[in-house]
Amino acid sequence: MRISIFFLFLSSVTFAQNNEEDSYKRGQMLYDDFCVRCHLPDGTGEAGLIPPLASADFLQNIQATVHSIKYGLHGPITVNGVRYNNTMAPMGLENDEIADITNYILNSWGNTTDVIVTEAYVQGIKETK
Amino acid sequence: MTTRYLSYVFLLQVLIACAQPDVTISTPDHTNYTIDVIVPDLEIPWGMAFLPDNSLLIAEKEGQLIHFQNGQKTNIENVPTTYVRGQGGLMGIAIHPNFKDNNIIYFTQSSSVGFDKSGGNTALYRAVLQDNELQDVSLLYKAEPNTKKGVHFGSRIVFDNDGYLYFTVGDRGNRDVNPQDITRDGGKVYRLRDNGEIPTDNPFVDVSNAKTAVYSYGHRNPQGMTKHPVTGEIWTHEHGPRGGDEINIIQAGKNYGWPKITYGKNYTGTTITKDKALPGMEQPLYYWIPSIAPSGMAFVHNSAYADWDGSLVVGSLKFNYLERLTFDNNRVVYREKIANQIGRVRDVVLGPDGFLYLAVESKGICKIVPNP
Repeated sequence: MRISIFFLFLSSVTFAQNNEEDSYKRGQMLYDDFCVRCHLPDGTGEAGLIPPLASADFLQNIQATVHSIKYGLHGPITVNGVRYNNTMAPMGLENDEIADITNYILNSWGNTTDVIVTEAYVQGIKETK
Repeated sequence: MTTRYLSYVFLLQVLIACAQPDVTISTPDHTNYTIDVIVPDLEIPWGMAFLPDNSLLIAEKEGQLIHFQNGQKTNIENVPTTYVRGQGGLMGIAIHPNFKDNNIIYFTQSSSVGFDKSGGNTALYRAVLQDNELQDVSLLYKAEPNTKKGVHFGSRIVFDNDGYLYFTVGDRGNRDVNPQDITRDGGKVYRLRDNGEIPTDNPFVDVSNAKTAVYSYGHRNPQGMTKHPVTGEIWTHEHGPRGGDEINIIQAGKNYGWPKITYGKNYTGTTITKDKALPGMEQPLYYWIPSIAPSGMAFVHNSAYADWDGSLVVGSLKFNYLERLTFDNNRVVYREKIANQIGRVRDVVLGPDGFLYLAVESKGICKIVPNP
C-alpha cells in the first residue's frame, strides 16, 4: 500500500516534469519563430532598443510577462534599471502557445522558476491598459 | 574558351560584389524640417495609399482598412477576414492606375482561405471602393500552403508603367524549401495583369508545374517595393537574417539567391552559407550590415524637398528612423537618418503633393514638412 502510494507520487512527479519539458521544447520552437529576431537566441535583446530577457527583473512579474506576450507592449518599461520606450506587437498566439513561450523564457539563459504557466492561466489574464 | 571567359566575368562580379564600400550612415546635426502627425492613434499602419482626391487609405495590420478623409477616420466595410499571426496581417495597398474611372483597389493580407486545416498564407485581393465599402471583392492570388509559421509574408503591391501588378510573398519561414523552388509559393516577387490573369510572357509560363505568376525568386522577406520614377524599374528591399538586408532591382526570371547566397548570418551567429555570390544568382544593389529591418520604400522625385530629389527612402523598424540613400550609377554613396528616433517606420510614400508621409507604429501617419 505504502509502496503503491510512493509509485503514484513518483509517477505524478515524472508526469509533471514531462509536461514541463514538452512545454519548454514547444516554447523554444515558438520563440525561434516569433521572438528571436528582436530578443536574439541568447535573450540579450539590443542595447537601448529591445530589452533583454536573460536575467531580466521584469520577468519576476509573471502576470505582466504573460500580459505583454498576449496583448503586446506600448510605451515605456524599465528592465534591470534601463528604460525602454518601444512597441511590441501582439503576435496572435493561442493561449497554449503563450504558456509554452513563457515557460521557455522563464527557464532559459539563467532564468529559473518553480512556476509552470498553463493554458488556463494565460486564458485568465485579461487585458489591462 | 567561353566557359573560361564567363568564369572570369563571374570572378570579376564577385570581386565587385564583395567590395561594397563602407557608407556609414550620417546623423545630420541640423535638420531643416518638422514632423506633423496628421493621422494620430494608429497601432501598426502597415501600408498606405493616396487616392486622387488626396484622401488616404491606411491598412492596420490587425485587419482594419481605414479611409482618412477631411480629418476623419472611417473603417471601410466588407474587408475579408485577416488571419492575424506573427508578422501576418492586413498589409499592402495599391490603387489601380486608372482608379479615378474604376475605383479599383488592391490589398494583400495573410489569409486562412484554402484547403489546409490551419495556418495562413499571403493573399492578394481586388475590390471596388464605393462609399467606404468594398464591392466585387475578388481573390486574385492565394499563396499555398497555409502554415502556422509566424514569419515572412511579404507583402507590398506596385504597378509598373505597363500596367502590370507586382506583389511580394516572403519565404514563410521555410527557407530551405520555398525560395529556390519555382513550383512552390514563397520567397517570390509575382507579376499579374490588373484583372489577376497571368501575363503570357511571364518568365516561367512554359516551365512544367511552375507557379506561373512568379516573376523573380530567391527572396527572403521583401517588405519594400517601389517603381523608379525615371527608369520605371521595380525596386525592392528585403529583410536579411542577422545582417544582409538587401536592395534589388527586379528582373524577369532572375534568382536573387536566398538562402544559397547571403551577406547575413543566422540569429545565433552561425553561418547560413559561406557563399556571398554564385553563378546564376543576382548580387544585391546594396546590402545592410547590421540589419536595419527595412520596411516601406519610396523614391523622392519632384518633391517638396529640393535637396532630396533622386534619393531613395526606406523605413527602419529596428532603429526607428527613415533612411535616405543617394546613388551614383546605382551605387550607394551616402546614407543619412531622417526623423531620427521617431519610432518603428513601417511604410513611407511620397504623396501627390510632393511631401513624404511615414507610417509609424504606435504613433500614426507623419508628414515631413520643410521649414520655411
